[in-house]
Amino acid sequence: MPLQTSSDIDARPIKLSCNGIWKIFGDGGAQLLKQTNNAPQENDLIERSLIAAVRDASIEVREGEIFIIMGLSGSGKSTMVRCLSRLIEPTAGEVLFEGQDLLKANPKELIQIRRHKMGMVFQHFALLPHLTVLGNVAFPLEIQGIKRREREDRALEVIELVGLKGRETYYPRELSGGQQQRVGIARSLAVEPDIWFLDEPFSALDPLIRREMQDEFLRLQKMLQKTIVFITHDFDEAIRLADHIAIMKDGAVIQIGTPEQLVLNPATEYVAEFTNGIPRAKVLSVGSVMEPVMEPGGNDYSGRVFADIRLEELGGDILHADKPFAVIDRNDQIIGQVTRDVVLEVLVGSSSQSDT
Amino acid sequence: MTSRFTSWQIAWGVALSLAVVGFFLKDIAPWAFKYPRDWVFPLRFWISDFVKWLLNDFDLGLFTFKEFTRAISWLIELPYIFVRSLLSDGFREGQGSNAIQVFPRVSWIAVILFVIMIGRYARDWKLAALASGCFTYLAVFGQWDSAMVTLSSIIIAVPLGVVGGIMIGVLGYRSATFKAMIMPVLDLMQTVPVFAYLVPILILFGFGPVSAMIATVIYAMPPMVRITLLALSQVPEEIVEFGRMAGCNTRQLLWKVLIPSAKPALMIGVNQVVMLSLNMVIIASMIGAGGLGFDVLNALKRLRIGEGIEAGLAITLLAIALDRLSQGLANRPPPEHGSEVKNFAGRHPFAIAALGFMSLTWLIGLVLPAFQTYPEGLELTTGTFWGDTVRWLNINYFDQIDGFKNAVLLNFMIPTKRFLLSLPWPVVVGLVAMLGLQLGGWRLALLCGGMAFVIATLGLWPKAMITVYLCGLSVIIAAAIGIPVGIMAALNERFHRVIQVVVDTLQTLPSFVYLMPIVMLFRVGDFSAFIAVIVYAIAPAIRYTDHGIRRVPPHLIEAATQMGCSPWQILWRVRLPIAMPEIMLGINQTIMMALSMLVITALVGTRDLGQEVYIALTKADSGRGLAAGMSVAFIAIIADRLINAWSAKRKAELGLD
Ligand SMILES: Nc1ncnc2c1ncn2[C@@H]1O[C@H](COP(=O)(O)OP(=O)(O)OP(=O)(O)O)[C@@H](O)[C@H]1O
Ligand SMILES: [Mg+2]
Repeated sequence: MPLQTSSDIDARPIKLSCNGIWKIFGDGGAQLLKQTNNAPQENDLIERSLIAAVRDASIEVREGEIFIIMGLSGSGKSTMVRCLSRLIEPTAGEVLFEGQDLLKANPKELIQIRRHKMGMVFQHFALLPHLTVLGNVAFPLEIQGIKRREREDRALEVIELVGLKGRETYYPRELSGGQQQRVGIARSLAVEPDIWFLDEPFSALDPLIRREMQDEFLRLQKMLQKTIVFITHDFDEAIRLADHIAIMKDGAVIQIGTPEQLVLNPATEYVAEFTNGIPRAKVLSVGSVMEPVMEPGGNDYSGRVFADIRLEELGGDILHADKPFAVIDRNDQIIGQVTRDVVLEVLVGSSSQSDT
Repeated sequence: MTSRFTSWQIAWGVALSLAVVGFFLKDIAPWAFKYPRDWVFPLRFWISDFVKWLLNDFDLGLFTFKEFTRAISWLIELPYIFVRSLLSDGFREGQGSNAIQVFPRVSWIAVILFVIMIGRYARDWKLAALASGCFTYLAVFGQWDSAMVTLSSIIIAVPLGVVGGIMIGVLGYRSATFKAMIMPVLDLMQTVPVFAYLVPILILFGFGPVSAMIATVIYAMPPMVRITLLALSQVPEEIVEFGRMAGCNTRQLLWKVLIPSAKPALMIGVNQVVMLSLNMVIIASMIGAGGLGFDVLNALKRLRIGEGIEAGLAITLLAIALDRLSQGLANRPPPEHGSEVKNFAGRHPFAIAALGFMSLTWLIGLVLPAFQTYPEGLELTTGTFWGDTVRWLNINYFDQIDGFKNAVLLNFMIPTKRFLLSLPWPVVVGLVAMLGLQLGGWRLALLCGGMAFVIATLGLWPKAMITVYLCGLSVIIAAAIGIPVGIMAALNERFHRVIQVVVDTLQTLPSFVYLMPIVMLFRVGDFSAFIAVIVYAIAPAIRYTDHGIRRVPPHLIEAATQMGCSPWQILWRVRLPIAMPEIMLGINQTIMMALSMLVITALVGTRDLGQEVYIALTKADSGRGLAAGMSVAFIAIIADRLINAWSAKRKAELGLD
């Protein structure tokens, strides 16, 4: 469930953005980019046995939103997020974090930014095997030179927050996968980061636990309101969590939009492929299927619904009502109406409507 | 007609015929049979001159090179003297016989108690019993003093080797350029026989424990460097990324993330350093390390078999104790929650126990001297027993033993030696190059042919051929015994377990120890060297065969069984061909070990490159020693590269990874 409307988010300041990012693995990538004016041909790359993992990618992440980068395995998601955090040096392009060019930061500044403003959760947890849960969670604070007492107090707080109270003295290998990732999450939150990177945090978990962790994640986000860059190759996960989704293919970002926009207007066949299998009721909002009000002034409605809730959340009411529902915006103004037939069409015809 | 042979077969036919024709050219081209003296490349003199210049004239600006080596000596000597006083000599004041003991050494009881504690900490009471049993032997059989001298060297050498190895490994991990620089050096150091670098060290640092220690550290460090490089590169990429994201600076990343994550793998390296140090400390008794190695050497020189065997046994037991203890420490299970202890005594049980034992035994020792030093009256000796046994064997079985020895020598060894020595060197160089060409292409051909050629230009050809002959024959026999044993071990679980213990033990023993019982039966000469090399080098042949056969994919065996193959057919047609690349790697290891052992067998009077190195050592001629040492290394590298190339080619053909 979106915590805010997309128009709401679009009004917020940009927290992190990147512009024309390239990452080419192999020697001579930068040279090639310069020669070809940032538009190398495919056979140029092959000839020099270079791999362009990220190609001319640009995204904007606004404050407090969950921005999801989606794509199949090998499409360059991890490389992209590592360019954003500068774990990998992009071959070209710029990364702006809170207005500052991250690529121009010197090593000292970078360390300071990472210590205080960034948190990251990894696919395979990346816990330090020789430290207990407490030690792991307190580690980023220890690196900053914070006194033992203080950092352990703070660590205990976040450990409780992720529901691992009582396991402080356990070692990572004594925990289940889900618990280990909770430690990973707690650890990345310990420094209260401004931006939170998660690289397929739940991919290594089995489906039931994954679901549980997604709920947990949403619960945390409701409390903390972090700016989040979240990577996944699972579209279901993406639409559950996302405010915005960027779809990547072969290193390029091919579409950015809200889940709804992607489902309604997929930019390419490739995006459509992703969205096909998705039950539309989960994605579409009432506003996107409403029709104009037929008889102005006529208030013969079974009830009222907000335009920005998803059809899925309407529940059974509308199916039993014979009169339409009024659709209202957040200012209580009626902006349209939905009928049972429309909703039924979406629900029944859901995933077979492959042609858009 | 030609279609029945591949082009390589034809090429080999032509080359071998040319080689035969070459034999008849002895009068026309005598230089091909005996490398002329005037053509010898004077490398060894250049090296000697260079070392002399280093020592006498090289000025580093602020200080001379000599002062530099002195400073290093002093740095190593100080802690060494301290540990040695603590364990062996006691602290004294004054010179020579006027010295008075200020404070006694640690009592033997305290040392044994401490060993028990380490054993218990590292694993369990069983290990504690084993290790302390070994140490008790040292006390009871009068080997304590020498053993403690040896142990002191190890206590100093191991931390130096470990820390140095980790530091170099870390530098290599951080800088690809540095890594590319050290890798060939590491390769070379593993193949240059240890004696070869004993000589320059001896000249630079003088005869004595410091030289021995430096040689030991240099010898034991390369595996630690390798293991560090490997262990660090095996730390999962995500963990490194996490460290960077947490904002670690370079130092924090190393000490708080990389090294702790790599610790289990690094500990395996520590075990290796301990074992290699022990091996080298024993060998380094030739340049003044003292201790157990010196006892063996002394006994060897004077042919006091009984004493030698006792000291050898002491080395063996010390090796077993150190190996099992360090392995136990390396494999200690990772901690579990709730196992952390907060108070001081709980966190430092060893320091406290050690101090406790030391002061307690010292106090009691004031009243009861037996607590301080194991009473001489209670010492046992088996020396006379061994001496008698050998005498008895030699009197009663002289004919059989000697007959066997002569039969092998006359029918097998001497003909091979004559044959190899009669080959003209350009032909051998050519054949080696051709083999390289076939197995790995031009670069390998150039490398192998070039190295063989250099050996000739150094004027060491005949000695190199003797090395090849001794090494080759021993490896053939080691393979002929080792491969079948390995096969049996692979096919029979119980036999496998027995063999495992035997092979483990063989690999723990310092090379020196092997000489003792062999010399006592066969006296000095090529034959003794031959047997010693076989026994020393057989372990990898067994181990790799065992492993290779076990790794044959089960579905292939199933398929073969299904096709109705008999067990023999499965062995010959399926298991062996598929395991062959791995078995060859084992043979490769066997060759490497054989070469390193050959240099040590120079002590029992062979006339190969090893002898050349040994003579150089006694004459402190660094050029001669290094030239001969390099030649041994070249032989090792040629064998290594050829076998690896073959094995890689074969594996690719079989589609194994
Ligand atoms: N260090 C590297 N050197 C060379 N190529 C690399 C490197 N890292 C990634 N690549 C290549 O870049 C491409 C993108 O990889 P990346 O790991 O970013 O994909 P991903 O979308 O995260 O995939 P996954 O879902 O499997 O994690 C892949 O083709 C990969 O092989
Ligand atoms: Mg990835």
